Amino acid sequence: MNYTPSPIAITIFLAFVGLVLGMSFFFARKAKSAEGYFAAGGTIHWFVNGIAFAGDYLSAASFLGICGLIAIFGYDGFLYSIGYLAGWVVALFVVAEPMKRLGKYTFTDALDSKFNSKSIQLMAAVSTLAVSLFYLIPQMVGAGVLVTPLLGLPHWVGVIMVGAIVITIVATAGMTSTTYVQFLKGGLLIIFSTVLSIAVLNKGLSTTPRPETFVPQTLTAQATLDGKTEGYTFVTQITDEKTGQTFAKLTTEKEIQLGENAPVETQTIAGWWQLDGDKLIETQSKTKTASGEELYNGAPKKAGLFKSVGYLTSLGKDESGKAIESTGKLGIFGYFAAIEKAEVVRYPKGSAVKLEDNGNHVKVWCPVVTKGSDLLAPGQYFSTKTPLGKLNFLSLMLALFLGTASLPHILIRYYTVPSQRDARKSTIVAIAAIGFFYILTLFMGYGAMTMGVIDLESGNMSAPLLAASFNIVLFSIISAIAFATVLGTVSGLIVAASGAVAHDLMDNYFSIKMTDVQKVRAGKLTAVGVGIIAVGLGIAFKGVNVAFLVGWAFAVAASANLPSIIMLLFWKKTTAKGIAWSIGVGMVSALGIILSSPKMYAQYGLDPDMALHALNNPAIISVPLSFIVLMVVSLMTQKDNEGLKDI
Amino acid sequence: MLHEPAAKQEKDKASDWKAKLGIKLFWLYCIIYLGFVGIAVFAPELMRIPILAGTNLAIVYGMTLIIFAIVLGLIYNHLCTKKEDEMSKKDGETK
Repeated sequence: MNYTPSPIAITIFLAFVGLVLGMSFFFARKAKSAEGYFAAGGTIHWFVNGIAFAGDYLSAASFLGICGLIAIFGYDGFLYSIGYLAGWVVALFVVAEPMKRLGKYTFTDALDSKFNSKSIQLMAAVSTLAVSLFYLIPQMVGAGVLVTPLLGLPHWVGVIMVGAIVITIVATAGMTSTTYVQFLKGGLLIIFSTVLSIAVLNKGLSTTPRPETFVPQTLTAQATLDGKTEGYTFVTQITDEKTGQTFAKLTTEKEIQLGENAPVETQTIAGWWQLDGDKLIETQSKTKTASGEELYNGAPKKAGLFKSVGYLTSLGKDESGKAIESTGKLGIFGYFAAIEKAEVVRYPKGSAVKLEDNGNHVKVWCPVVTKGSDLLAPGQYFSTKTPLGKLNFLSLMLALFLGTASLPHILIRYYTVPSQRDARKSTIVAIAAIGFFYILTLFMGYGAMTMGVIDLESGNMSAPLLAASFNIVLFSIISAIAFATVLGTVSGLIVAASGAVAHDLMDNYFSIKMTDVQKVRAGKLTAVGVGIIAVGLGIAFKGVNVAFLVGWAFAVAASANLPSIIMLLFWKKTTAKGIAWSIGVGMVSALGIILSSPKMYAQYGLDPDMALHALNNPAIISVPLSFIVLMVVSLMTQKDNEGLKDI
Repeated sequence: MLHEPAAKQEKDKASDWKAKLGIKLFWLYCIIYLGFVGIAVFAPELMRIPILAGTNLAIVYGMTLIIFAIVLGLIYNHLCTKKEDEMSKKDGETK
C-alpha cells in the first residue's frame, strides 16, 4: 500500500512522544535510589499500577497483532485474546501475593528468598534476560510497522527510533516514569479503542465497498485469451506447479500519477488475472523485476494502484427475500449475527502465489469469498484437523495460560505498590481493563476485515488503518498511542532486563559490592546494551505477525519460570538445585524447539519442510519437562533442604 | 521486615487462607478454560451453534471466559479483604 504522511499525523505523533519524554524526565528526579529505579520506591497507587499493568500487557502484540489476525483470519485471532487474558487468572490467584510477600526488586529475589542459592540467582537472571529479549522482538517489529504509514519512514528507521527513545527514557528515569507512561498509554489505548469499536458498530455493515478498497474485476476467459476483449491484451500465461492454478498476464492502458504534484500520464500496465473456470479474476500483484525494480500492480508504488482489501459481497436476505445492502447501526450481538449471514472477500493464508515470469519474481494475491459463519468459528488460522495441528494449538493455549504469570516485566510490577492488598487490587483492575480491551479486539478486527482497510503486505496495521478509514485525526491518535504502547512495553522490559543484570547477576551472583548509585548506573548501562540488541532483532524479524512472536515469549517464560514459582509455593520438597535445573532445562528446551521449528526455518530463509520437527509452539513439551526436572532433581537433593525454614 | 514482626505474623495467617481460596478459584477457571480449548480442538463444529441472539457458541464462550475472569477476580478480592479485616480485628482483640 501507498502511504502519504499527513502534517496532522506528524504533529499529533510528535506531541505525544514529547509528552512521554517530558513525563520521563519529570519523574527521573524521583529515581535516585536503587529501590526507586527498579521498583518505583513501592509507592504507586494500586489503581495507577493496575492500568499500568494493562499498559505493559496490551503491547503491540495485542493491539496490532490480534486485531490484524482477526482481520485476516477471523475468530482464530480472538483465541489469542482469550489465552492472554486467562493467563491473568493464574497471575492473580496463584502468583500475585506470594510474589509481593517474598521479593524485593525482582522475581529472582522471590524465588531465592528461601534458599539464597547462587545457582538460582544465575539461572533466574539468565531466563529473565532471555524472556525479555524474546518479548522485545515483536515490540520492535511493531514499532517499525507503525512509522511507515504514520511518518512515511522505512521499517528500520522506526525500530531505531523506538530503541533510541526508550534507551533515553530508561537510562534517565527507571520504574517510576515507566509506570506513569504505561498508565497514560494504557488508559488512552482503552478509551480510543472503545471509540473505534463504537464507530464500527454505528456504521454497521454494508455491501458497498469504499472507493479506496480493491474490488477485483472479472473477464470472460476464452474471449480475453483470444484477444477479443476490448482494452486488454493477452501477453502470457503461467501455471503454478504447487497449487495448479493458472494465471494470465494482461496489459491495459491506465492513467498513472506518480505523486501528488506529478503529471498524469497514460501508460500500458501489466496485471495478473487468475483463471477460474470460464472466468478471469483480477488479482493484486507485486513484481520484483530482474533489474531490481519493485512494481505494485504493474506500476511503481507511488502510483497507488496497489490497494487495501476486504469487503462484503452479501449480507444475506431480509424477510421479504430481498438482498440486504446495508444493516445500519448494530448492537453487539446484532453485529455478529449479521456477519454470520454475510460473505466476505478476503485473502487468506495460501491465497498468495509466487510466479516466475522471464526472470521477474511475481507474487499474486487471489481473492477468496468466505462465508461469515466460517470466520466466526475457529479453523482459519490454526488447523486442528491433523494430530499435529491439535498439538500445536494445545501447546499455544497452554503457553498463553501459563506465560502471563511468569513474564518478568509483569512480575516486577508487583513491587511497585506498597502492600499485598494493593498488589491484588491492581491485578484486578488490570484484568478488568485488559478483558474489556480484548472484547473490543473483536469489533476492531472484524471491522477492519469488512471495511476494506487491510494492507496485504502487513496485517499488523489493520487496527490503525481501520481508524484511518473514519478520519485522519483518529488514525493519528491511535497510531501515536500504539507507538507509545511499544515505547512503554519496551521500557518495562528493559528495566526488567537491567534489574536482572545489575541486581541479580552483578550484586547477588558475583557479589560485586556496589553503592546504590553504582547499582543504578549498572542498570542503566545494561538498559543501553539490551536496547541495542533489541533494535537489531526488530529489524531482522520484519513482517512476522507480532502476536505470533509474543506467543514464543510466553512459551519461554512459562517453561523457564512458572514451574519453579508454582513448586516453590506449593511443594515443600522443592530444593534450590531443583529450581535452578528446572529454569535451565525449561528455557533451553523451549528455545531449542523454537529455534529448530518450521517458522524459524522460514525466517532463516530455509525451506520450512526441512525443519528438525513440525512443532511451532514448544510449551506442551517444555513446560511438563521443566516440572519433571524440578521434581526429580529436588528429590535427589533433599539433603540440601535440611535446616531451611518453610516460606 | 524485622521491625514489624506482629504484622508479619498476622499477614501470614491470612495468606494461607488466601492461597487456598486462590487455588480453588484457579481450578474452577481452569476447568472452564479447558472446556473451551477442548471444544475448539476436538469438537469445533459445536462452536458454530448459535446460542444467544444469533451469536454462536465460539463468540459467546470466548466473551464469557473474559467476563468470568473479571467476576472471579472481584469475588476473590471481596473475600480476601473481608478475611484480612477479620484477621486484623481478631489480632487487635487478643493484644
